[in-house]
Amino acid sequence: MSDPVCALNNAVFDGLVRLEETGPRGMVTLRGDLGAAAVLKSVQKAVKDATGLPVPAVRRIVLQKEYGAGWMSPDELLLMMPYDEAGRAVKAADKALKAVHSLVVNVSDARSVFRLSGAAAPEVLAKLAPVDFTAMAPDEIRRSRLAQVPAAFWRVGDDTYDVVAFRSVSSYVFELLKTAAAPGSGVGFY
Amino acid sequence: MLILECPYCGVKADETELHPGGEAHLKRFGPESSDEEFEAYLFERKNRKGVHFERWRHVYGCGKWFHAARATDTLEVFGTYSAQTNAPPDDLIKKIKQKRPDFGGYE
Repeated sequence: MSDPVCALNNAVFDGLVRLEETGPRGMVTLRGDLGAAAVLKSVQKAVKDATGLPVPAVRRIVLQKEYGAGWMSPDELLLMMPYDEAGRAVKAADKALKAVHSLVVNVSDARSVFRLSGAAAPEVLAKLAPVDFTAMAPDEIRRSRLAQVPAAFWRVGDDTYDVVAFRSVSSYVFELLKTAAAPGSGVGFY
Repeated sequence: MLILECPYCGVKADETELHPGGEAHLKRFGPESSDEEFEAYLFERKNRKGVHFERWRHVYGCGKWFHAARATDTLEVFGTYSAQTNAPPDDLIKKIKQKRPDFGGYE
């Protein structure tokens, strides 16, 4: 099999924060009505089998090493794992969800992931997204927009955030983040 | 700036994160209805000065449609509620009546 390559070839930029396009990451979309008790039970098993993690609460993300489970909407979860494991995760989740109305798709190649590290990371993101970072919980995943395109982001550690966007807009998102992180452009709001 | 709280994910979403969907609680007149009814359904909107009930979609967030009650003259937001309903919740109506004694109902 050919090697997976990310859209910008692991581009890096140093400014107010360090920006990196992180390598290919396994991502699986799981859809099913999380509000229905019968479905939720199967979803819990599916998420456990695919990532070893519990189902996150509303607008929360559970992270452990290279695995993650994020709440995307009342009927959608984002599962993350190493790139090579996505196929296995889909199979495991599909098996657990066989009896309920649901959908599991490997979307690893449809996404790009960027990491912002540095104390100014919330400030850089806040320049582009209509999000109040003071009101954001440490384990919150926030779907919003970066300028004109949809994106989601969450905190992975002190002063470190991960951003996911569609792969088709990778270069746009990276240019946006570069501009927002240009040296000397700090606002000092947060 | 208009900020509406999405009843599905709880995000206090800025207007730019949302997509407007027009007046809420319309009754559809489709096949078998009269031309007048169909025309009214398509084109006639209340568009009052004051309290509006609207549909909005949290398009950059959880993607769900919801309803909002707000005043178009003051931009005051009275509340948001789930779209899985045919009428605004009673407590919201009560709240609006308290603030706007002349409010004549959503219909």
